[in-house]
Amino acid sequence: MASKKTPEINGSSMADISFMVLIFFLMVTTMDQEKGLSRRLPPMPAEDQKVEDQKVNRRNIIIVRINMNDRIFAGNEAIDISQLKDKIVEFLTNPTDDPNLPEKEVKDIEGFGQYPVSKGVISLQNDRGTTYSKYIEVQNELVRAVNEIRDEFAMQNFGKKYVKLSEEQQQICRDCIPQNISEAEPKDVTKK
Amino acid sequence: MAKFSRKGKGGLPAISTASLPDIVFMILMFFMVSTSMRQTDRMVKVTLPQASEIIKLERKDLASYIYVGTPLNQYQAKYGTDSRIQLNDSFRTIDEIRDFIAAERENLSESDRPFMTVSIKADEDTRMGIITDIKQELRRCSALKIMYGAR
Repeated sequence: MASKKTPEINGSSMADISFMVLIFFLMVTTMDQEKGLSRRLPPMPAEDQKVEDQKVNRRNIIIVRINMNDRIFAGNEAIDISQLKDKIVEFLTNPTDDPNLPEKEVKDIEGFGQYPVSKGVISLQNDRGTTYSKYIEVQNELVRAVNEIRDEFAMQNFGKKYVKLSEEQQQICRDCIPQNISEAEPKDVTKK
Repeated sequence: MAKFSRKGKGGLPAISTASLPDIVFMILMFFMVSTSMRQTDRMVKVTLPQASEIIKLERKDLASYIYVGTPLNQYQAKYGTDSRIQLNDSFRTIDEIRDFIAAERENLSESDRPFMTVSIKADEDTRMGIITDIKQELRRCSALKIMYGAR
């Protein structure tokens, strides 16, 4: 009797057990990637430093305002969100060298050569009462405009879309078409 | 020829399932290693706004999160229905962001600190006032890399 071995444990239910644990992990795991719009805030001016207006030529800046009722103004006219992108594209590319649109500065781009880089800056202003969704929507439109120009530039010079370019080529695109979006100091844009 | 005809008679042999536990274990291991449990319980209602030009956050481990939104139902009796800021596991005020950022920065290694990203996850109905305050506070503690969470 003592020589009798311990009976083998039936392993066939192992699969079921591990399936159950697997399903548990499948459910709790979060595969969602963090996505969003990346921005860089301007550094805070030092306390003793006088706030002086940076001398930016008037033609080089477009002010996009969103008021407390989520109405959008670009330049000084009310504009619909659907038209905003085209307006920004026109502003940044300035195809006809309009003296009211931003000037271009020929810069030496590393690995590419000379390219007239637009000096345009988009200044985004909002009210405290603006909703976040509208704000993101407008931000998105601005990025879309820049991406469209970059895509076009990439198509012309490299024959591919921006996202399909190599790292160096993307850098060239970014240098040639900078994304200058300035999120202004908070101020009340809705006049009383 | 006869060799082949004999085989067909017995019908399909049953596939051995003996290796099934091993396969399942392998998938299980993969999920156990790759899974990251949600670290914080969300106490505010956050529906991220929609956007099409979104990019992925490259280094998730360098991100700190600021949630903004109305408190969930069970907290509303205590905290009201106004938009609140949640840092880690509790409701905080604007002034406490400074300590939060300092603590988060402390957790990162020296070389990673300049790349710290603050991900602002705000509900789409939030008013910009509170976001602007957060942005100003972040500028004050020079946490300049931010990301507006969107989907």
